[in-house]
Amino acid sequence: MYVAVKGGEKAIDNAHKLLAEQRRGDTNVPELDVAQVREQLSLAVDRVMTEGSLYDRDLAALAVKQAQGDLVEAIFLLRAYRTTLPRLAVSSPIETSEMNVERRVSATFKDIPGGQVLGPTFDYTHRLLDFKLLADGEGTEPETAPEQSGPIPRVMNILTDEGLLDESRTDDENPVGDITRDPLLYPAERDVRLQNLARGDEGFLLALGYSSQRGFGDVHPFVGEIRMGEVAVSIVPEELGFEVEIGDITVSECEMVTRFRGSKEELPRFTRGYGLSFGYCERKVMAMSLVDRTLQARDMGEDLTSPANDEEFVLSHSDNVEAQGFVQHLKLPHYVDFQADLVMVRTMREKILAERDKAEKPKTEEAAA
Amino acid sequence: MGVLARAGSVPLERSYAGLTCKPDYDFLRPPEVGMVMVQGRADGNGKRFNLGEMTMTRCTVKLADGAVGHGYVAGRDKRHAELAAVFDALLQTDIQSRIMNEIIRPLAEAQKQRRSEKAEKTAATRVNFFTMVRGED
Repeated sequence: MYVAVKGGEKAIDNAHKLLAEQRRGDTNVPELDVAQVREQLSLAVDRVMTEGSLYDRDLAALAVKQAQGDLVEAIFLLRAYRTTLPRLAVSSPIETSEMNVERRVSATFKDIPGGQVLGPTFDYTHRLLDFKLLADGEGTEPETAPEQSGPIPRVMNILTDEGLLDESRTDDENPVGDITRDPLLYPAERDVRLQNLARGDEGFLLALGYSSQRGFGDVHPFVGEIRMGEVAVSIVPEELGFEVEIGDITVSECEMVTRFRGSKEELPRFTRGYGLSFGYCERKVMAMSLVDRTLQARDMGEDLTSPANDEEFVLSHSDNVEAQGFVQHLKLPHYVDFQADLVMVRTMREKILAERDKAEKPKTEEAAA
Repeated sequence: MGVLARAGSVPLERSYAGLTCKPDYDFLRPPEVGMVMVQGRADGNGKRFNLGEMTMTRCTVKLADGAVGHGYVAGRDKRHAELAAVFDALLQTDIQSRIMNEIIRPLAEAQKQRRSEKAEKTAATRVNFFTMVRGED
């Protein structure tokens, strides 16, 4: 029997009004402006843009405000919004080699052309709470130094030039996989894997990357290069037939290098993993590059021994919008499903108890006799 | 077009207000907000993949004299795309050099200035290593 559940409309309306009040908080405190979120919670905005898969600082800031700082909820809001917009073009691949670098470090070589540039980083801070911020303190003006001209060469070229690392193959002929248009099929190619990881949950990828470092997998990684900065985005509109720049976006990039033992046919060498995100998401791109490497195990003929090697496990569970949806749907009314379970469990118990009863009765009769 | 796309609607509006004679124009395509799928390359220079989308607004205008201009700008600012298209069209008319010298060049200069300021702050965070010699001689 199906029992329709109706009602609750009024309660839902009122719950949402209450939510709006909770979002606003104490009205004696000035209301948070979306521009303030965009400018002062910029790393939250960056994460929401990356995992929400839509670069738009204002919309991501609005989502953060609306979601009361719940970033996964904000990512959900942005994902929902992006489905309402038409896709007008596909960009030419961004050239991270020509990035206006705001941060660039390598852990593999000390002296690299272009140097180690720290940029704005939490690294080397003491992680002490800064009570000046509590007291409404303004920050200090940053120092300046003469700017360096020209693009900064990629660190990994040092290894490829020596043949210690495979040249990455380009393929501009075949179509690029797109998980927003086509279902994810296994085995997945690297383009599909990278798109999935770029949208994937930072925490999930961080844990998987960490697991591969700790021994669930066989990865001995070094950071070849991390860079963050602005790159130009270009499209070739059909009506023009030539490339035009539509603006700049900030991206973070990580290239991880790992040892490869080689085999009978192959010499020992290094292999790499790649991470790329919108905005400044360094932890994310580092984790992504670790997982990109563990997922190349199949291509390299390595044993698939750990969760981080299992592409179906990784790619099917990386999306936090899907994951939270399936987990959180459990709190919606399941009265009928549960009723069915309840009836079944009660019946089974009754049956078993009745059988036990029957088995014990003759014994007690015997004892009495 | 890159300069117009990076300018934002506020400076473009100011430049437009400064024009002595405002052009008459019709929309061939009114401002439309959509997305661009941004592609990256595996390992920075390898196989292409889809990184994620970004918002973009496009607009096409036709001036009374027939010149057609296109605006493609990152973001959702319709007025920005419209003004970018108008200036793009004006760059194809006989006042091209005036638009170039009085509007585009100063905008490009301001954008270069902004990039330089950022680059100078970044440059101050460059690490200079000192080699520590350990042990005897």
